[in-house]
Amino acid sequence: MISLIQIISTWTIPVLIAFIPLYASFRKIPVYESFIDGAKDGFQTAIGIIPHLVGMMTAISMFRASGAMDALIGLVRPLMESFGIPGDVLPLALLRPITGAGSLAFVTDLIKEQGPDSFVARIASTIQGSTDTTLYVLTVYFGAVGIRNSRYALKVGLLSDLVGFFAAVAACWLLFGLV
Amino acid sequence: MVNWIWMGMIVFSVIFGAANGKMEKVAEAAFGGAQTGVTVCLGLISILVFWMGLMRIAEDAGLVQKLSRLLAPIVRRLFPDVPSDHPAMGYILSNMSANLLGLGNAATPMGIKAMQELQKLNATPTVATPAMCTLLALNTASITLVPTTMIAIRMNFGSVHPADIVAPTLLATLISTGAAILIDRWYRKRNKYPPTSTKMIPHPSGAVSPTTQMKPSAPPGGG
Repeated sequence: MISLIQIISTWTIPVLIAFIPLYASFRKIPVYESFIDGAKDGFQTAIGIIPHLVGMMTAISMFRASGAMDALIGLVRPLMESFGIPGDVLPLALLRPITGAGSLAFVTDLIKEQGPDSFVARIASTIQGSTDTTLYVLTVYFGAVGIRNSRYALKVGLLSDLVGFFAAVAACWLLFGLV
Repeated sequence: MVNWIWMGMIVFSVIFGAANGKMEKVAEAAFGGAQTGVTVCLGLISILVFWMGLMRIAEDAGLVQKLSRLLAPIVRRLFPDVPSDHPAMGYILSNMSANLLGLGNAATPMGIKAMQELQKLNATPTVATPAMCTLLALNTASITLVPTTMIAIRMNFGSVHPADIVAPTLLATLISTGAAILIDRWYRKRNKYPPTSTKMIPHPSGAVSPTTQMKPSAPPGGG
């Protein structure tokens, strides 16, 4: 079972890279031209993130260097670690639903501090990658059509983020914790 | 909210730094953080350029429409009060397919068009309908097949197997999306919403009605 899941990690990307152009060729799409067309947007996207990430990385690095981060995590560390959750991911659980750039900066900082293959960095990467920024999505989608009363939508988003947080921790325990 | 968090972190850093006598480190961290921000973004260029090129091929090849057709029978059940031939359904399907393929840039405009169509079925335009809440729940949970950004950052910091987070991410995203659907269902039943539109079809509670089952897949994609 676990080796099957690890195969998914190894195979998903190469299979997609081969399958997509192959499928497109059968549909008579000029694949290379298509690729170049889309690839141009990638540069813009990466450059567009710079201001967001610089702003958030600065704040988070300062927060960590001042000792404030340790003070915040220290409050709950024993409680979280008794459930097998590394205390260091707590700020991420709070940041993830609110700010995409902030949580990305936090994960980047954690990867830098603890190494990309540390258990806690893997959990953080999984949390960051597996969900979207609830508050941002709510603002964009409901804002676009002028909904002011979102009823229970925010509660649903935040509760499923909470489930996603525990699911990410559990998935990492299952796949990396036992080896 | 983001404004307050950002300002709060910076102000607290300075206060804590002063109290702990770490002012010098705080100042260093400010510039170090800014530098890491730029370095990481530059490192993202390679993967984002490649991946967005690949995703454009997927888009041009009509994979979104193909996936929409596969998803249609499931998605119709998630939106019992949207007529299956209503344009909103086409946009909802495109939005979900694009999300699944990781086409964030294509998913958002489709999602907004779906909201606009759902708004036409809404009798009280400032209050969200159950269907709108479901669409939002699906988008906030957002199923992810390949977490490209995280793989790129892990690669930048010298990970041995940058892609080994693909499986846990997939597992976590499936669980959180499942949870989003169930929690949304629970609130939907608890908060009775007055029927607002004459176009609403009756909710096929329990048995699947022929309308949801036999409808030939209308051209999804919508536009």
